[in-house]
Amino acid sequence: MATGTLVQGALFTVMVVRAGMLRDPSFEHELARQVERSPRFFRDAPVVLDLRNMPGFETADEFLEARDLLRHFTLALVGVQNAQPAQLEAAAACGLGSFAPTAAQPARAPAQPAPPAPAAGQRARLVTQPVRSGTQIYARGGDLIVTAAVSPGAELIADGNIHVYSVLRGRALAGASGDAGARIFCSRLEAELVSVAGRYLVSDQLPADQRGHPVQIALVEDQLTITGL
Amino acid sequence: MAAQVIVVTSGKGGVGKTTTSAAFAAGLALRGHKTVVIDFDVGLRNLDLVMGCERRVVFDFINVINGDANLNQALIKDKRNDNLYIFPTSQTRDKDALKREGVERVLDELKKTFDYIICDSPAGIEHGAVTALYFADSAIIVTNPEVSSVRDSDRIIGILSSRSRRAERSEPPVDIHLLLTRYDPDRVARGEMLTVEDVKEILSIPLLGVIPESESVLRASNTGTPVVFETDSSAGRAYVDAVARFLGEQREMRFVKPERKGFFRVLFGRA
Repeated sequence: MATGTLVQGALFTVMVVRAGMLRDPSFEHELARQVERSPRFFRDAPVVLDLRNMPGFETADEFLEARDLLRHFTLALVGVQNAQPAQLEAAAACGLGSFAPTAAQPARAPAQPAPPAPAAGQRARLVTQPVRSGTQIYARGGDLIVTAAVSPGAELIADGNIHVYSVLRGRALAGASGDAGARIFCSRLEAELVSVAGRYLVSDQLPADQRGHPVQIALVEDQLTITGL
Repeated sequence: MAAQVIVVTSGKGGVGKTTTSAAFAAGLALRGHKTVVIDFDVGLRNLDLVMGCERRVVFDFINVINGDANLNQALIKDKRNDNLYIFPTSQTRDKDALKREGVERVLDELKKTFDYIICDSPAGIEHGAVTALYFADSAIIVTNPEVSSVRDSDRIIGILSSRSRRAERSEPPVDIHLLLTRYDPDRVARGEMLTVEDVKEILSIPLLGVIPESESVLRASNTGTPVVFETDSSAGRAYVDAVARFLGEQREMRFVKPERKGFFRVLFGRA
């Protein structure tokens, strides 16, 4: 019988929320909107609270309150980052972990390459039936391949690349967890919205000469670029 | 042959579901099949009006679901055809009264005596519409050649493909058909309406029929006569064709080209 290691290392992409935002009334409204638009993406997603330059949060109650607030939006508070010793102690009392400070500043442009998110050996998710209006498909940790038409009002989301070997009329969001190297490929571009790692273009902004053609969409120097296939 | 449950649905309101349910039920009955048409639009019932039996409603679908009455007390036999029965719903309750287990029990009982059970769905994608489609073996998606209707039809097709009982149990999928209604070939020729090909391309489901816009439909509604009983109505004839195709026959698609109006037609006019 093989003896495995007790504890294994793994890399995850986790959302970071600045603690100050929790006090901002417009934050709740905006968060509610985002979650409503892509509920499966946000459901039970882990969140780390960034306490850089944040006074307070030295009692367990404040962390519990924060956790409940996030839970209301189906998010799971799992830890803190950039905490002072007293804050760390209070967080630990609530079972929250301490995450190493990340280099990224919250105010930086969203096109920040994330640490490699997909787990090793993750196969692409394959969809062969038309993706009807109102349907949301999220390929967590990998690529999404669709070989039938994607209707207007349908949403394709992937942490990796998105390939549509048919007409894309809905929305496609690649690199959903922050991978700026992700791309979108489609046989016929008629999309309502395309996005890579948070940068997006709506239908109106798509170049007229690319519309209706086979294209590949990628982030080049932080700009969404559409090139013919 | 086992009884078949057919849902007539659309997503969008006002496109012709009840007109189609009535016409289809009557059409199947005229072909000799024992058919019942059930109104699932609890609280906003219209089927009884369109079938002309609103003055004979005693007990309804919700009464039977709740066990307050039995099927025979609620079913209304059509005066024009012995094969045709109407199952009206409640006007005073709302769609929360549709309990899935109750609906299943009623459908199972109906399957013992009827060849076809037509479920006239309400508009929307909520509980009423989902209950109407849940037990379906076949579906007729009623669509107008107009962008909002096509978008909503696409949505309801998605729901049929994922939330019907057949989908949940991984059984052979619901047989989905497209019925294009209120089609006006002149307006299509002028570019004001989507073409049959446009709609077929977007929805990717087989076309069962095209029902032309016709004044006879309003007349039929107001007199409580399913439009198939009006022999000189183009809509009526188109429904007869659609029923024939549903039963496996080949019929050429009529009423899709602009009519070349003869001199006398122009002079005297006709719907």
